[in-house]
Amino acid sequence: MMISKRRGGLAAASALAAAALAVASCSSGGGTATGSSSAPASSAAAEPVTIRVQTFGGGTNFGYKNAITKWNAEHKDIQIKEEHLTDQFEQQYWPQMIQWLQAGNGAGDVVGIDEGGMGLAKAHPEWWADLKEFGLESRKADFPAWKWENGVTADGKLFGLGTDIGGMSLCYRADLFKKAGLPTERDKVSALWPTWDEFMNVAKTFQSKVKDTKFTDGTNTLYQVVLYQEAAKNGNVTYFDKDNNLIVDKNPAVKAGFDFATKMSQQGLTAKLRNFTDEWAAGTQKGAFATVGCPSWMLGVVSGNAGDGGKGKWDVASVPGGGGNWGGSWLAVPKQSKHPKEAAMVADYLTNAQTEASIFADFGNMPSNTKAQQDPAVQGAKNEFFNDAPIGEIFAKSASSLQPVFLGVKHAQVKNAIESVIQGMDDGSVPYDKAWQQLVDDAVKAAG
Amino acid sequence: MSLDTLPRAARNNHRRARPPGHRWRSRFDVKAMPYALVSPYFLLFAAFGLFPLAFTLYYSLYDYDLAGTVEWTGLGNYTALLGDEDFWNAVVNTVGMFILATVPQMILALLLANALNKRLKLRLAIRMSVLLPLVTSVVAVAVVFTQLYARDWGLVNWVLSGLGVDKTNWRAERIPSWIAIATMVDWRWTGYNAIIFLAGMQTIPRDLYEAAAIDGASRRRQFWQITLPMLRPTMIFVVLNSTIGGLTLFSEPTTFYNGNVDGGSQGQFQTVAMFIVKQGFREFDYGYAAAAAWLLFLLILIGAAINFLFVRRIGGTR
Repeated sequence: MMISKRRGGLAAASALAAAALAVASCSSGGGTATGSSSAPASSAAAEPVTIRVQTFGGGTNFGYKNAITKWNAEHKDIQIKEEHLTDQFEQQYWPQMIQWLQAGNGAGDVVGIDEGGMGLAKAHPEWWADLKEFGLESRKADFPAWKWENGVTADGKLFGLGTDIGGMSLCYRADLFKKAGLPTERDKVSALWPTWDEFMNVAKTFQSKVKDTKFTDGTNTLYQVVLYQEAAKNGNVTYFDKDNNLIVDKNPAVKAGFDFATKMSQQGLTAKLRNFTDEWAAGTQKGAFATVGCPSWMLGVVSGNAGDGGKGKWDVASVPGGGGNWGGSWLAVPKQSKHPKEAAMVADYLTNAQTEASIFADFGNMPSNTKAQQDPAVQGAKNEFFNDAPIGEIFAKSASSLQPVFLGVKHAQVKNAIESVIQGMDDGSVPYDKAWQQLVDDAVKAAG
Repeated sequence: MSLDTLPRAARNNHRRARPPGHRWRSRFDVKAMPYALVSPYFLLFAAFGLFPLAFTLYYSLYDYDLAGTVEWTGLGNYTALLGDEDFWNAVVNTVGMFILATVPQMILALLLANALNKRLKLRLAIRMSVLLPLVTSVVAVAVVFTQLYARDWGLVNWVLSGLGVDKTNWRAERIPSWIAIATMVDWRWTGYNAIIFLAGMQTIPRDLYEAAAIDGASRRRQFWQITLPMLRPTMIFVVLNSTIGGLTLFSEPTTFYNGNVDGGSQGQFQTVAMFIVKQGFREFDYGYAAAAAWLLFLLILIGAAINFLFVRRIGGTR
């Protein structure tokens, strides 16, 4: 009696749970219901699968809008749904993702990972599906070796496929440059600043002519640009060496970035806005600053934030001081995905040469796919928003020479701590003469 | 006990008087039914209150990396916290914002309740409208206030600059950020507290006021000598409630910094609740966060005790 009673209770509970699951899956697959009805009768037996692609980043972020529309029109049985979670990777997206991955529930079928999270992602092979099982080992030839290897865990599991890469440029407002009596044409603008010292001089000239607009967005963006440039000259490491030891106080690249940020701030050349915040986005739209450091993916962020009103006003010039590799992401399939095979197909599609090339043309995210880089359409690409700037010429040339930058397991936390000090220096809450010591201390604490 | 003193025969007779099934059922009704009826709350409390509480206490004794290892550390997290400047910074911020928000809130709510307690036209509509801010979502409130307090294009700075005051960077400076957040809290909760005060005021017998009026006591005197002392139990409830809410403040300051739990570039307005989330879910140091959560619990107990003692004296006849 007792046992059967208990079983009855269990059965009831599991029936309830099943019902709840059914409801949940219906609601999550709701978008595809209409798709299945119009599908041919032969495939009607198979339920359409919805693949959730989770991304982050400001503006047009990963630039998947058109690629997903195209896929969804061609694949009635597999529908992609993009979930753009937040602008901020270190502070919001990644912590949330870690919780989902640890809990075994909540993460999408395909998730974007910024370079800053790859150290931790690699350290946890148990979170990820092995893409080799779905034949994606064959993609190896499509990527530069470093981009490929970063998506492989120590025990040889392929979990991430490369999306975009860094590359460097400087986005500037031609109309504001004109107001300051500076040249507006991109070649002449590039010629203004072969070095960061000359960049600073241009900034001062600008600031003396234009009062209500600042020369650059804030301290953090240019700090990152300098950091990655210098990292390329210092063993391609930033906050951690390749054994995961914290080297913030020893790496000249960090100090160089910090010193430059300090100078910009002390001279009053920054709009004191922290990148990837709402105020920063509003500042882009309202023309609060005239330049912003632009890795290729930043083009989409700037154009997305500025909106149509900024079209033609913005342009792209070369960055002082040579190349560097800031940013770039990977796509991975969490083990918890219920449709790993379809998810792998989607990840494969989103990183193939054709897709990456069209994303570059539409939004400016530089392909990591080497075949896409060689595509004449990429080489000759122009960006309409940025006054038809020849972005293919600007980025594609340097793409093959980009060096991978090693980022430690705790990179995201240390980066956030350091950026907060640099921002604090700009907003006045950290005195300039104490900022460096605090930066080192806070980095040690965050790495702790 | 009293049944035992009855003769055995009498008891047996008494038993036989009822059919057995009925006896069982009535016993169930009387004994088990009340428990069954109150059980949903306790079951939910056990699942969502007690279990997390115990779980948190357990893991506060571990060095629990949310993305890695779990190691026993005993009271290590607690001693580390007591020496952690960032934790104390968060405590100071929380208490500071609590005082900045609660004191004006209590006074405003009292005045508002007193005004609403008079005979007014459209009394019900006016009373209801006081509750409106509470109905709006806290995130919506924060988004609006965040824009009001924006440095470059905010309304508050615009008005201040019209008065000849310099632009204030509401997110970068400690006291201004506290003020901004306190106004958010007050906007949302003053009406709520006013309604509770009003309910308390309406339980005060009218004849007390009539007697006082006959004795020649002014309106103001009546407020101080009758309303306030009679309102003390309500006030204790409201103050304790605000203490718990104020010391666990999270949404307003978080949204005020773009959803970032750092609370400003240097933690200018990071509260203890934000500190806990940062340690647990940004730094993945779950054990440390759990210990901080227990210290916050202690802080609330202390805060509640102080406020209780304080409110008990309010309006007392000296």
